[in-house]
Amino acid sequence: MSAAVTQPLIRLSGVTKRFGAGAAAFQALKGVDLDVEAGDFMAVMGPSGSGKSTTMNILGCLDVPTTGHFLFRGHHVESLGRDQRALLRRRYLGFVFQGFNLLARTTALENVELPLLYRGEDRWTRHAAAMDALEQVGLADWAKHTPAELSGGQQQRVAIARAIVTRPDVLLADEPTGNLDTERSVEIMQLLTRLNQESGITVLMVTHEAEMAAYARTIVHFRDGLVETIERKAAA
Amino acid sequence: MSLDHDAPPPPGHISPTRLLGTTMLLAIRAIRRHLMRSFLTVLGIVIGVFAVVTMVTLGNGAAKSVHDQVSNLGANVLAILPGQGNGRGGGGEAPPPFKPEDLDALRAQVSGVTAVAPQAQASVTAIHNAANWSTTVNGTSNDYLDAENWKLAEGRRFSETEQEAGKSVCLIGNTVKTNLYPRDEPVGSNLRLGNISCEVIGVLDTRGQGGFGQDADDTVVMPIKAVQRRFTGNRDIRAIIVAADPAYDSADVQQSITALMRERRNISGGKVDDFTVFDNRQIADTLSGITGVLTAIVSAVAAISLLVGGIGIMNIMLVSVTERTREIGIRLAIGAVAREVMLQFLVEAVVLSCIGGLIGLVLALFASIGLSKLLDVPFVFDPWTNLVAFVFSGLIGVVFGYFPARRAASLNPIDALRHE
Repeated sequence: MSAAVTQPLIRLSGVTKRFGAGAAAFQALKGVDLDVEAGDFMAVMGPSGSGKSTTMNILGCLDVPTTGHFLFRGHHVESLGRDQRALLRRRYLGFVFQGFNLLARTTALENVELPLLYRGEDRWTRHAAAMDALEQVGLADWAKHTPAELSGGQQQRVAIARAIVTRPDVLLADEPTGNLDTERSVEIMQLLTRLNQESGITVLMVTHEAEMAAYARTIVHFRDGLVETIERKAAA
Repeated sequence: MSLDHDAPPPPGHISPTRLLGTTMLLAIRAIRRHLMRSFLTVLGIVIGVFAVVTMVTLGNGAAKSVHDQVSNLGANVLAILPGQGNGRGGGGEAPPPFKPEDLDALRAQVSGVTAVAPQAQASVTAIHNAANWSTTVNGTSNDYLDAENWKLAEGRRFSETEQEAGKSVCLIGNTVKTNLYPRDEPVGSNLRLGNISCEVIGVLDTRGQGGFGQDADDTVVMPIKAVQRRFTGNRDIRAIIVAADPAYDSADVQQSITALMRERRNISGGKVDDFTVFDNRQIADTLSGITGVLTAIVSAVAAISLLVGGIGIMNIMLVSVTERTREIGIRLAIGAVAREVMLQFLVEAVVLSCIGGLIGLVLALFASIGLSKLLDVPFVFDPWTNLVAFVFSGLIGVVFGYFPARRAASLNPIDALRHE
């Protein structure tokens, strides 16, 4: 990774988010300040409605704050347009969802290739990179299978392969183990940990389960639209 | 693969050709994934293109057939009939018939004339042995055979004396032959026409359908004097057939004939002609025009089905956008820009409708060949019709795919991902 970054990879300062208007308005975030260092593995926890999902949407450049600043690699994302945020996601971010969200009737390989397609990589680069990513999640032999032919754990690993195939800076995982049993969940967490440690990918993960959060280096608790606590474990 | 992590955020520009290549691939994958739905989507276009192209092709064939048949009557053949072509009809006395001297005058005074034949017709029942057949007896001369390009299948033409004397001899058309002479040879036999007996001296070559759909072979040709004496009971010439040298412009010949006939019939100054000169070429053009109008009407009706097909595409694409909301969410989250999603759906619609158009064209080709045989019209393959139909089906994809595509592109990725 690049050396001598004077500021963190991600900085949220005074971020608020309001949905709706007038009497029906809902203040989801009330002034969130949060720094994420490059290479961190951060778990975001909190009860429903605490603002963790809204924060993740903003961090994932899917949404913009109502007020406040979101700096990503020193760029003010809050002032970027829809397409420019899409290009940011394309280049620097990878997403893993609770519901896997793979394209149905599409092979694992084609699913993993998808982000590269949007990046305009040629066929051979796409194939090589996608196979490499599937190798990393241990599913190289399943490349030609469609999601319907894969177990939940395998589907989530395909989704992770899709997220890392572009070698993103940040991997955003929204309850990645929410639909999996404990054994599969542990596999997924180990995979995320390995990616974080070996590839240096910054991982941001929303989870309900303290067990899963325990794999993270930093755990952020949200409550009522604000950051409640930040606990940092000593580096392993 | 070079992914430079230290580069600034990429600019908001994507190469259009790369964009098109990517979306094309995505669209084709999406179509392939949903073959059944894709097929149902294009069915309307298939039927629409099929209907329009088949109708136009058959219409062109019919127009060509009519044109050929009229031209078959003889190139540069003009017919002079008493009365006015525009059928003002009503009161006033009937215009006088033509006189034998008119024929000589036409021969002598109009340049470019190669044959001038009189005509007097009557309906008769022809009887031979036990068979009888209703037909038309056509009183004329050898010039008629030349003008209308009749060849003899067997026998001979009229002799000078037979024509002069109006002898009871005749040439029969192929239809008359097949109906009255199933077995025996007609030439040399005696054929009974109404009350008279007449010797068959020849059989006309087969010609097929006439210009107006009647059977040109259903005829008996006799010297005009015989018809006048035996059937019409007067010396009237009901029509004059004039053949002109192809080197002469038929419009000029028509004009000369009109001038001469006006003079001979004492029509001067501003008085209206009491005769009409028809040009076969004009008749052919008129008939082709009528066929063209009919084709256009039927094609317009067929085009409505093409429109309905387009609406069908829009319908299913809209449903498809709703159904694929999550997929769109994934694409947007992964980093597709709105334009790419829009283009993907648009390209999908266009590719689908082009495929539909292509299938329709192939079906239309087979159907037109088959129906042409069935309806006995020539098969005319018109590349322009096919090209226009194909381009039009693509255009339908653009027009009716635009709205669903815009809707897909306007989705918010967060909401789209949450969509169940």
